[in-house]
Amino acid sequence: MRRRTLLGGAAATAAAAASSSLLTGCGASGDGSGVPTLDFLSLAWQKESMAANKALVAQWNKNHPEVHVRYVQGSWDNVHDQLLTSFEGGAAPDIIHDEAIDLTDFGYGGYLADLTDLIPADLRRRIPDSAWATSRFGGGLYGVPFLQEPWVLIANRTLLDRAGIALPTEERPWSWAEFEDVAKELTHHGSGGAERFGTAWAMKSPVNATVNLSMSMGGRILYRRKDGTPEVRLGAADSAFPELIRRQVRTDRTASPSALGMGGGDTLPGFFAGRYAMLPLGFSYRQQVQQQAPDHFDWVTLPLPVGTRAPDGGRAQGVSPQTLSVAKSCPHPKEAAAFIAFMTQTAHLVQLARGDWLVPTGDAALHDPSLNTAKDGWSTGVAVAQHLTASPVLGMRGYPEWKDKIATPALQRYYSGGTDLDGLRGQLVRDGNRIFERYRN
Amino acid sequence: MSSTATPARDTSAAPHARAGRRPPRRRTAGRLAGRTGQYLALLCYVVFLAFPLLWLVSTAFKSPQELGSVDPTWLPRHPTLANFRTAIDEQPLLRSALNSLLVSVVTAVVSVTIAVPAAYVMVRFRSVVSRLGTGWVLVSQMFPFVLVIIPLFLVLKNLHLVDSLPGLIIVYVVWNLPFALWMLQGYVKAVPMSLEEAASIDGCGRLRTLHSVVLPLLVPGLVATLMFSFVTAWNEFFFALVLLKSPEKQTMSVILTHFLGAEGAADLGPLAAASVLATLPSLLFFAFLQKRLVSGAMTGAVKG
Repeated sequence: MRRRTLLGGAAATAAAAASSSLLTGCGASGDGSGVPTLDFLSLAWQKESMAANKALVAQWNKNHPEVHVRYVQGSWDNVHDQLLTSFEGGAAPDIIHDEAIDLTDFGYGGYLADLTDLIPADLRRRIPDSAWATSRFGGGLYGVPFLQEPWVLIANRTLLDRAGIALPTEERPWSWAEFEDVAKELTHHGSGGAERFGTAWAMKSPVNATVNLSMSMGGRILYRRKDGTPEVRLGAADSAFPELIRRQVRTDRTASPSALGMGGGDTLPGFFAGRYAMLPLGFSYRQQVQQQAPDHFDWVTLPLPVGTRAPDGGRAQGVSPQTLSVAKSCPHPKEAAAFIAFMTQTAHLVQLARGDWLVPTGDAALHDPSLNTAKDGWSTGVAVAQHLTASPVLGMRGYPEWKDKIATPALQRYYSGGTDLDGLRGQLVRDGNRIFERYRN
Repeated sequence: MSSTATPARDTSAAPHARAGRRPPRRRTAGRLAGRTGQYLALLCYVVFLAFPLLWLVSTAFKSPQELGSVDPTWLPRHPTLANFRTAIDEQPLLRSALNSLLVSVVTAVVSVTIAVPAAYVMVRFRSVVSRLGTGWVLVSQMFPFVLVIIPLFLVLKNLHLVDSLPGLIIVYVVWNLPFALWMLQGYVKAVPMSLEEAASIDGCGRLRTLHSVVLPLLVPGLVATLMFSFVTAWNEFFFALVLLKSPEKQTMSVILTHFLGAEGAADLGPLAAASVLATLPSLLFFAFLQKRLVSGAMTGAVKG
């Protein structure tokens, strides 16, 4: 993240030096045949997902000889730096697979094409307004949201059954209070058996999770003033979710303290060994569970608990979907938009969603029978997806700096007991708003 | 050394003096224990150094279930080649390895070819210019690559060298050169001037002296610099990521990141398998040059 800041500074310096001629007329290449070639930077990384993407590109090239698309493999690990450098150098890929949260800097920076007038009407209708809102800011539309990841509970069914706990359903999910009670029942400390925690919060990168899941309790943490500028607040509704995690870790001891420093995948070995009974995780982690779980390990995907007295029945979650964008430097934006429309056709959305173990944004795709099956928890994710809404962090300039410099260390200290709620509020709000202030105008 | 050893062999020494000395068997046992301790310490050190590599190899042969186990084992319980098959099927490892090999070998050879005469001049022809040059080389090492990457990208773009292996090689040579120069300066300094003077008296010109007298003595330095340049180019990631756009030109270090997902998720087995394959050329390169390094060190021994 430090590199991102440094690189951002370097980019700003170099931008002044870069001639405008470098920033135009690049991004697409030809092979000498006169057929324009568009580079599609894909971040698909799982085997099924890569296969699905490559198959769709091959299908496009077969059916559209007038525009050739070249599949370029990228990596989530470094896509921001790679794109920033290639944008500045005027050699960016034409069609870009990324995440809505990453579009803010690039959209405001003038690197992405405004898709408002480029996308066809049927594509506009395929995806609901709540999803379009994730990629619209500053008066422009900078990406087509196509896949999204809700949070769910992945639970050890054997342990829950043994404790006589009735599983929640999509129609009747647990409240957060019920989840805390269940976690207490499943926790086992002391002698006479292996230590077990009811749950484990993987909070290596705590900010997105905290902000997005606060929405289920009616909080947001990040707000917009009337003039559209960001503001950090930590009222009672905003702090309810962080307080819950802290209570489980520090007071009730129903959540593992060591898991706070882990990424989602790091908690899985403990889950398989029965040390954690339930894991709140992103929907795509089912793929790792399915692949790595020992034989006869019985697991189940449950809806995330809901808040009481919160909008949308407490089922709302913030989300930052995966997106497809067009670089402003692309000399064939209409063709690029046509390719995106092709990739996001309902059948293709389903194909891509299954490949990535994610939920599609398209209404019709969500009703596809292959996604509405209880197998591997697909139907749970589809049910939760109805309540997904744009994450409060989207479209906020200065968010990456606030997240890296202020919110991440402050939340990690709070969760691990290094500071109290007042300390957290002081850092998040006072120091945070100073940062956002610098990004005004 | 021989003068201090003589009294010990003096058989006419007084019996009580001999009685104070350890008998040969005990001395041999002590030496054996000492040597065993040395080897044990060496073994510990080698294991410490090799542990990451051994763990990588072990991981590459484990099944997803074993990788997800909370109790990791040193050796795979059920060794499998599936990770290697997946890695090779999913990503163009062979092509990227060839790209990396080409880039690394050319970078190493060009860097050393330029650095040798430069280092010689900087050491043997001391002047304001050489001192300024040395200082500038040092200063150039202080710029982090994130600071130079965008201007560099623009320069290469103007030269039509973006997305080309020669462009990447030029960047690597420029990036490696200062350190190679510093390394070689030390080796050149170690070559006694008297040898060059003797060669000069024998009628050798400057080039002949460099070729026939200095270069053979620099072999250990050349090998060390070659190794350094090769490994640096082989492992380098960020320049390759940014400068190479075409999939068919990407190098091994970039391809390895394709096994990584968002938020630290990774396809661990295939990643480990691909990493093992990526390590092999470096190991072979070292194995090949190691003899040269040692024999070069012998060659460099000069009678005072």
